[in-house]
Parts: sequence; C-alpha cells; structure tokens
Amino acid sequence: MPLLKDIAKYVRSKNAGPFWVTIDIFCKDEPTFRQLCAAEPLKPEALARLYGVALEHVAIFRDEPLKVIKISFPRAVVQGSAQDVDSHAGQYFVPLLNVPICDMRHPPPR
Amino acid sequence: MPGSTVCRVLVPSGVLGSGCPAQAFERGLSLAPHVIAVDAGSTDSGPHYLGAGVSKMTRKAVKRDLRQLMIGRARLGIPLLIGSCGTSGTDMGVDWTAEICEEIAAEEGQAVKVALIYSEQSGTRLADLLASGAVAPLPPAPPLTKERLAECDHIVALMGYEPFAAALSEGADIVLAGRTTDTAVLAAVPLMRRLPAGPSWHAGKIAECGGLCTTSTRRGGVMLFIDEEGFEVEPLHIDNSCTPYSVSAHMLYENADPYLLKEPGILLDAAQATYVAATDRRVRVTGTRCRTMPYTMKLEGSGRVGFRTMVFSAIADPKVLEQLGGWMTGLRERLVAGITSVLGYEEDDYGLEFRPYGWNALAPPCASETAPVPHEVGLMTLVTAADQERATEIAKFCNPMLLHFPLSPEDPLPSFAFAFSPAEVELGPLHEFKLNHVVAVDDPLALTRMVHFTTGQGKRRAVA
Repeated sequence: MPLLKDIAKYVRSKNAGPFWVTIDIFCKDEPTFRQLCAAEPLKPEALARLYGVALEHVAIFRDEPLKVIKISFPRAVVQGSAQDVDSHAGQYFVPLLNVPICDMRHPPPR
Repeated sequence: MPGSTVCRVLVPSGVLGSGCPAQAFERGLSLAPHVIAVDAGSTDSGPHYLGAGVSKMTRKAVKRDLRQLMIGRARLGIPLLIGSCGTSGTDMGVDWTAEICEEIAAEEGQAVKVALIYSEQSGTRLADLLASGAVAPLPPAPPLTKERLAECDHIVALMGYEPFAAALSEGADIVLAGRTTDTAVLAAVPLMRRLPAGPSWHAGKIAECGGLCTTSTRRGGVMLFIDEEGFEVEPLHIDNSCTPYSVSAHMLYENADPYLLKEPGILLDAAQATYVAATDRRVRVTGTRCRTMPYTMKLEGSGRVGFRTMVFSAIADPKVLEQLGGWMTGLRERLVAGITSVLGYEEDDYGLEFRPYGWNALAPPCASETAPVPHEVGLMTLVTAADQERATEIAKFCNPMLLHFPLSPEDPLPSFAFAFSPAEVELGPLHEFKLNHVVAVDDPLALTRMVHFTTGQGKRRAVA
C-alpha cells in the first residue's frame, strides 16, 4: 500500500502559538485530495493515537479550493519547556509521512 | 470593483529587523500609502524573549529597518505604526525601540511626535482581575491561579487597534507599541477611517508576515488596499506577485483554524471569502465576515524555571551504537548515584537528560523503536538546576563518564568525541510559557498606558 509521502505533494508542520501545532497536507490534484480526505489514518481517531493527544482536541479542516488537509492539536509538550525538543514544531509532520493510504480504485478486500 | 474609499497600508516586512529591499520600499512609497505599519514581535521563537524581556532581533538590524521607515514616513508625512516592540512587547521592548528611534531622529535631524503604548501587566493587577472573574482559559489550558501568575517574570496583554487609534488622534507621527496582535497594527488605520471590519481585519491577517503571501517571499512586503467591499493585496516589489493561491494559502500558516480568527472584540470569519486575481500580480478578496464579540485581550506570560548547562559529545564506535539505549541507561544510573554520593543532590533537585541526535532524539513523536543503528550519534547531555553554578557543577561531574563510560565494566576504557573545551556550555536561564488565557475588559485602553514625546526634546508626557 502506498504511503502518505508517496501521494502528498508537500507536508509541513508549525506551531500555531506555543500550545498548538498545525500540520498541512498539500495535494497535487482533486482525486488525491479526495483520496486523502477518505483515508482512515488521517481521521481524528487515528491521529489522536499517533500523536498521543485527546480525541476531542484534534481538529481537521479540509479545504477544497486549496486541496489541503489541515490537522491541528495541542502540543503534548509546550514550546520551549524543559522537555521540548522541537521549539517550532517543524518536524511534527514526519510520523505522518509513513502512514499507509488506501488506493480508492483498488480498495483492500473486506 | 473597489468602492470609492480606499485605504492603502504599506507593510514593509513581516517583522521589523528582517529588512525590506530599497527598491521594493520605494515602490510602496510611490503608491501613496496612508500609513506604514509593521509588527516587531512574536512568541514564535520561544519563551526566553518574553521571560527575559530581550529582543530576538539585533539592535543594528532593527535600527537599519527603523531608519528606512522613519525616512519614508517623514517624506510622505504619514504615520508609522510598530506593534510588539522588542519581540515580546514588554515595557523594556518598547523603551529599547524608543531609544533607537530617538537616536535615528537625532542622526536624521527629525523632530517627530512619538507615542509609546505599554501593555505589560503586573501579576497583582491580574490577580485582582482573576478574583473578579475576568480571566478565562483558552483550550487546552486549565483555569488560571494566583500561584501561576506569581511564576511569571513578564506578562503582556495583546492589544487591539484602539490604542493605536487613540495615539494617532493625539497627533502622534510614530506609534511604538507593546504587545499587539499582528493583525491589529495593520488594521488600525483602515478601521479608523471607518472601513468595514471584515476587509480591514482580513487584510491585516493576510499581510501579517509581509511577503509570505506572495510567490517570492524574500523580496519585501506588500501593499494593502482596503475598501468598502473587500481588499486587494500586491507585493511591493514589481517583479513579485500575489496569486489567489499564495494569498488564500496564507490563512493556513501558523493558524490552528484557517477560517476563524479571534481578535480583541472581533471574530473574523473567512470561510466564505473569495480570492480572485485582480491583475497578474494583485489579488482581490471579498466575502469576509466579522462578528462583534465580548472584548477580551489574550495574555502571554513567561517565567524562569531554572538554569541549564549542556555537554555535547559524539559517538561513532559501532559496538556502543548497537546498544546505545542500554548504554545510556547504564550511564544514567552511574551518574545519578555519583551525583547523590559525591555532590549530595537528590534526583528531584535537578534534571539530567540525554538527547541522542541521530537516533531518536526527537522522541516523541518522531522516534521509532525500529530505527536502524546509525553511523554516528551526537549526544546532547542537558543538566537543569535551580541556579547556573549548580547546573555546571553537575555537568562537570558528568564529564569524565560522558568521555569514558564503557559498555560493560570489563571493557577497556573507551574515549568518545568531545566537540570543544571546556566541554560544558552554560545555556543560561530556562523560561517557560505560563499563560494561555484571556482577560475581559470593558474599555480597550483599560490595561494600556500611553506616553507622548517629541524626539530631541527630552520631556515625556504620560497620558492616563
């Protein structure tokens, strides 16, 4: 199964203030955008598990004109605190690169 | 089509000190702006700048930019607005910028009317507001406590546009303000000129990072044209362009929510906004909505929690790298025991952390249990203690073990790669952000203080 890094045009992460992080997944075209919108690993439940945050704090925005999926959630470690290893949250997107994305034209057998 | 009333805002850059190419700035001035407005701060670089009250930008870079803006301002006779002076917008940041402004005025022979607006808050004043029920947490913060307030070395309240409007009404040519929302600095003059809230605030949001909403982000800032129905934005530099994509995509940047933006007294809703090309380098935006909200100011607070000393060493020995996790566990046990027995410090008196760069230093969320054995690892050892002397004392105690700790006691003594001498690097104070709260006020000026003066005349006049 292909991975997100094989399908997305560009993925980035950044602080949205010291307490939140936001991840933007840019898609190259409309079919890819629809494919990623439907992907289970990009649903709130899976993201909450992957990043270890409470489900109710995971916000997902799907912007059709920009063909961008935006994921925001509170940072587990506040920016700049003693345990913080990524002050600008610039590398938070990396774990997402390897999540498998189901090809909608060839869905796996149930 | 734009309405008849248009307000033009020249935004030279995303932050004062980052520079605007002369050619781009000159072109902006030729477009007859009503105001030059720029932000000078952010929390983006972490809690140190607010906690210590120091600027992230160097004085010389800020002076270079401020000189360019002051000369341009004087030539056109228009106001210059600068928000969040000195990075964090503390009182020290405002005074630091005012001193640079006075220096430039003297060097350029300018007698110019300056307003300073302060928004730093005392813990005791906020404790009173907290007791009166005026302070509320933002998610995911817990409710504020008096104890939490007392942990802050500096607290600032983010101002809206109203203090800028008040300063300009008093006749100021230049406004140097403490912490302000990036957007409010840019929206202030359009709102003063009674243009509608939706286009004014949305334009400010789009231009808050200067050229970041253009296709070539290192060529200076942008010009905003706000009118009755919407706004337009184009780059200052003639060889740069704004496209509907570059402008609308800016709403994603550093925003948890790309459509809703909370500003003092206002909720901006850009969900229905449309972005169309007005020319091949200029974009028109319409359809932004605004809702009036209870007037709240966001609080930022930072306090010192200790001091740190670092040792950075490197390991390339393949035998050690194959068992790096176990090696670090053994090293830690040995160091903790020694720190207790020799130095007399218990484990909860200090922090000792290893960050093995090259092998899961970014854990979590980037670490992987199955990461392959690397070729070499840079081992950052971080010691945190109540004061610098103790942090360095502990780091010095760790030094011989970091250099020679073997995989097993029977092994001959290894030596790892130290990068410098002395090996201990004092990192200074460690600050943490303490507040993620808002305070409700009846009057937008209630938590602000204003001082007026004319450069070269020494005397400053406070306005209650």
